[in-house]
Amino acid sequence: MTINENSERRLMIGRRFVVIVMGTAALGGCVQIETPDKPIEINLNINIKQEIVYKLDGDAKKLIEQNSGIF
Amino acid sequence: MLKLGKPAGWAMAAVAVTAAVALAVPSAMAQRDPAYEAARSAGQIGEQPDGYLGFVTSPTPAVRDMVNDINIKRKAAYTSGAPAGSTVEQFAFVTGCNLIAKTRPGEKYKAPDGRWLTRDSGAPVRDSRCP
Repeated sequence: MTINENSERRLMIGRRFVVIVMGTAALGGCVQIETPDKPIEINLNINIKQEIVYKLDGDAKKLIEQNSGIF
Repeated sequence: MLKLGKPAGWAMAAVAVTAAVALAVPSAMAQRDPAYEAARSAGQIGEQPDGYLGFVTSPTPAVRDMVNDINIKRKAAYTSGAPAGSTVEQFAFVTGCNLIAKTRPGEKYKAPDGRWLTRDSGAPVRDSRCP
């Protein structure tokens, strides 16, 4: 009986915790974003592995050759 | 002589038109606009590590419009050309590595630390991830 009550208590606490976490997450989601006035946003925080760099190198060279008016 | 039915004839015509367009498009984009070339060699604009053009000095409205237009076209080219398994940003970045390597002496490019440098006869300062 005591064991049963204890586990029920734990469940209650667990549920409250989940509600608190979800509430916090929902509040965090209400972030106002200002629209940028620049047409293209540039950032260099890109994640790229060396093997992808080498895989893309040939395609990049081809792209430059085939669109030399814009490069 | 092989006689083609109407649908087959249309298909042949469509293939011919597609081929003609494919041939015509690269030649239309083959050369830089003289204004673009002039802004590059004057050092008003330069190549950035992200694969797009940037302004070295405060641009005139004409230069700003031209660069914005080229950057939009570049973004379209990166978007349609990015191979499966890579993102547009990754493809643009690797192309940017190549574009900075291809700058001619006197032209401007942006170093990884954000400074605008003038290309000289030596190798340019590029991102360490460049091939």
